[in-house]
Amino acid sequence: MDWIQNAWPWYVSGPMIALVMTLLLITGKSFGMSANLRVICAACGAGKKCDFFSFDWKVQRWNLMFAFGAILGGVLAVNFMNGAEGAEISAQTVADLKALGVASSGESLLPKEFFNLEFLLTWKGLVMLIGGGFMVGFGARYAGGCTSGHAISGLSNLQLPSLIAVIGFFIGGLIMTHLLMPLILG
Amino acid sequence: MKFKIGIRYILIGVLFGIVMTKSEAVSWFRIQEMFRFQSFHMYGIIGSALLTGIVITAVIKRFGIRDVYGETIKFHDKEKSISRYLIGGTIFGLGWALTGACPGPMFVLLGHGFLIMFIVILSAITGTFVYGLLRDKLPH
Repeated sequence: MDWIQNAWPWYVSGPMIALVMTLLLITGKSFGMSANLRVICAACGAGKKCDFFSFDWKVQRWNLMFAFGAILGGVLAVNFMNGAEGAEISAQTVADLKALGVASSGESLLPKEFFNLEFLLTWKGLVMLIGGGFMVGFGARYAGGCTSGHAISGLSNLQLPSLIAVIGFFIGGLIMTHLLMPLILG
Repeated sequence: MKFKIGIRYILIGVLFGIVMTKSEAVSWFRIQEMFRFQSFHMYGIIGSALLTGIVITAVIKRFGIRDVYGETIKFHDKEKSISRYLIGGTIFGLGWALTGACPGPMFVLLGHGFLIMFIVILSAITGTFVYGLLRDKLPH
């Protein structure tokens, strides 16, 4: 059972993601994670303030269950499948991140120096965790989907809008990684 | 929704959470490595998911495969626009590189015990809400 404890190579993981998409299609749904954020807004009563959220969110409850399952999957993977082990990223990335003050490469899947309450209460932490989260939520809905909805579902269906969105994902990601992040973390 | 039907989505979600973890796609470091073009790993995941997905989607369409309810599986074409996908996508990308997590991994990482992800998810929900408020004023 070594394969459960080891990291999975990309050529196993990729088709497994396509399998998740297929299972959702076969059960009459479609794969797109950011829809959850809109469903949560609607469930919290945002529809009273704004038409965009006034829809019958109960029809979308399956999506919340899928997200709940994803959390459970995380629990199982970390506790029984060695999932907390850090990724063996390239030496060049380790060196680049060290120059930005990130020393914990390889120890965990997240840099522990950023993902904690103490860091959240600094201005860097506010920008990274609150600002970053905000842009993910705002941008995903503006673009009509996130990585799962556009890069996997939309591109699998050869949708040009999804290609444009994915190009946008990379424009934003490259600007942040190479121009803004050195300023924020520097 | 009946519990019996609901549980299948929980199980598919569990599979998703495990795949996201074991593939390391939930890793902030892997996302940084991807945007620095220093490894093939993330491109391999997305590329092989996409190739498999293209084949599966084509087969479903070609043979009119039905879902568990007996309905033919339909794919909805995305509405045409450039500005909304490019601007929205770029804003998403800025957040993606910063937090190292897209909406799926945010939930999975919560399961890893990173409770700080609650805050990130709450911010993402706020972002979605603010988009809803500003929607009519934004170029689409």
